[in-house]
Amino acid sequence: MKNKTSTLFLITALLALLMGVAFGLLAALQYLIPEFLKDLLPFHKMRPFHVTTVITWIVLCATGSIYFYLSQVEKFKLFSDKLMKTHFIVFLITGIGIYLSYFFGKMEGREYLAFTPILTIPILFGWLLFGINYFKTMLKQVKNWPVYYWMWGTGIVFMMIHLTEAHLWLMPYFREHVIKDLTVQWKSYGSFVGSWNMLVYGISIYVMAKIKGDHAIGRGKLAFFFYFLGLTNLMFGWAHHTYIVPTLPWIRYVAYGVSMTEWIVLGYMIYEWRRSLTKTEKDSYPLAYRFLVTTDFWIFVNLIIALLFSIPAINFFTHGTHITVAHSMGTTIGINTSILFASLLFIVSRISAFTKKEETSIKRSLLGFNISLFLFFMALLVAGARRSHWMYAGNDTSFSNMQESLFWVYMAFFVFGITLTTSMVFIGLPILRKLINGLRL
Amino acid sequence: MTEKTKYNIAIISILLILFVVYNGFVYTSKENANPVILTEQALHGQRLWQENNCWSCHQTYGLGGYLGPDLTNVYSAKNKGPQYIKAFLNSGVKTMPKFNFSESEKEALVSYLKFVDSTGYYPNYHAIFKPSGWIELEYKNEK
Repeated sequence: MKNKTSTLFLITALLALLMGVAFGLLAALQYLIPEFLKDLLPFHKMRPFHVTTVITWIVLCATGSIYFYLSQVEKFKLFSDKLMKTHFIVFLITGIGIYLSYFFGKMEGREYLAFTPILTIPILFGWLLFGINYFKTMLKQVKNWPVYYWMWGTGIVFMMIHLTEAHLWLMPYFREHVIKDLTVQWKSYGSFVGSWNMLVYGISIYVMAKIKGDHAIGRGKLAFFFYFLGLTNLMFGWAHHTYIVPTLPWIRYVAYGVSMTEWIVLGYMIYEWRRSLTKTEKDSYPLAYRFLVTTDFWIFVNLIIALLFSIPAINFFTHGTHITVAHSMGTTIGINTSILFASLLFIVSRISAFTKKEETSIKRSLLGFNISLFLFFMALLVAGARRSHWMYAGNDTSFSNMQESLFWVYMAFFVFGITLTTSMVFIGLPILRKLINGLRL
Repeated sequence: MTEKTKYNIAIISILLILFVVYNGFVYTSKENANPVILTEQALHGQRLWQENNCWSCHQTYGLGGYLGPDLTNVYSAKNKGPQYIKAFLNSGVKTMPKFNFSESEKEALVSYLKFVDSTGYYPNYHAIFKPSGWIELEYKNEK
């Protein structure tokens, strides 16, 4: 393989996924056994390890996939291979810095970005390098961009905007005002997710187009409508996180108007694509195809929940409960991770074919992945419903009594977490082996 | 540049202009009718809240982790308040880490939570539900 940096991004991403789910399991265990690892790695340190590592999986896998497609599939000449290598090294060193920051308790940041804020500078620098490389490559070599190129370009630019916005609290003007601060913080997080969705959903359309061998998929009116809808959501659709925060009503009205309609379009696109595929096309990339079909199921499930709690009267009861966690797990695992696995399987199929045995094992693991995720998701919904009931109808018992009453639900959550992790390991390891072998070619 | 590209850039430009104007309003408008501004001591408490990842387990306005309770109104809640908060801080009960806050740090955290408390209610028990699905929140200090 000529250019190995994109593969290094993908290998690092997979390692991050495996580590991230392991941290998640350890954190879940602390719900059941409060004293577990309390002195060595208490929950307030474990959670940032888990969250940062799984976000790293999404970001690195999307980045590596895009570099791979451009350089290895489309055979574009990258503006600079050196910039790509520097990008990887900057992210790798920053990642180590973040882990050290967590390990030594230097966590001056906030939820999702808990590391010491100075480390945001190299992260932004890495995105800047990616942006320069991307736009310099694409503007020179492609005239009429299909939608996924627009989506990737948009995702890169908005990643930088929203990472910066997430640190506005460093300015006294923001952090002195509690409500404004909270509003801007959650505005940036909502849009941050919107930005990586641009990268990941762009990947899903790209892989669909490649499997079908039909580039019209990324050029139709529906695809561009989906893109602009997603962009509108990214810019203005964040405030469902803050319906309950007593900010000015107009901010909440805008959020109410802009809901998560983009999923309807993505779900429809995958459905139509699946319907139009011939058997030969399905068989050309059988594993990637299966993972994309899985995505459609999770889009459907999450769409229902998201649309429901974009209604303020429903959000009122679900906000601040595990129902929100169920939604974020459904989207990051069910949608993002399924798409990224599809991308990896598509990439790996271009390096070398899986044996029949490996293929069967991945197919079985995908089934295990979906069943486990569904049960995991349901356990979170039950925990959320119980917490909501406690908040609004049963507040005569203490918080710790309410938590204790959820012991078996947390146990189910932990057990399904183990089976989900096992499925991901059985899917991830063969891919990892192929990628590592690919480095040697 | 193709016609389609120009058309796409035009739509993106319009969205970007709206985005800039919208951000300007969000950043500069008063967050509500009675904005609360943190004092030096409360800002110190906010810093401690972040440095010790209190948000990992606790929430304010339902935003944060779910291992511990929401603390938006812990300062003014019945049977809770400043002494209750201070007693918990270094207690190390159950999953709560055993912190080693000094008296002035405890005061700072209490001060931060006092300011958070003064910004509103969570859960907002007196919110009014509208038939359209909208809810009118009860704001603090507005009656």
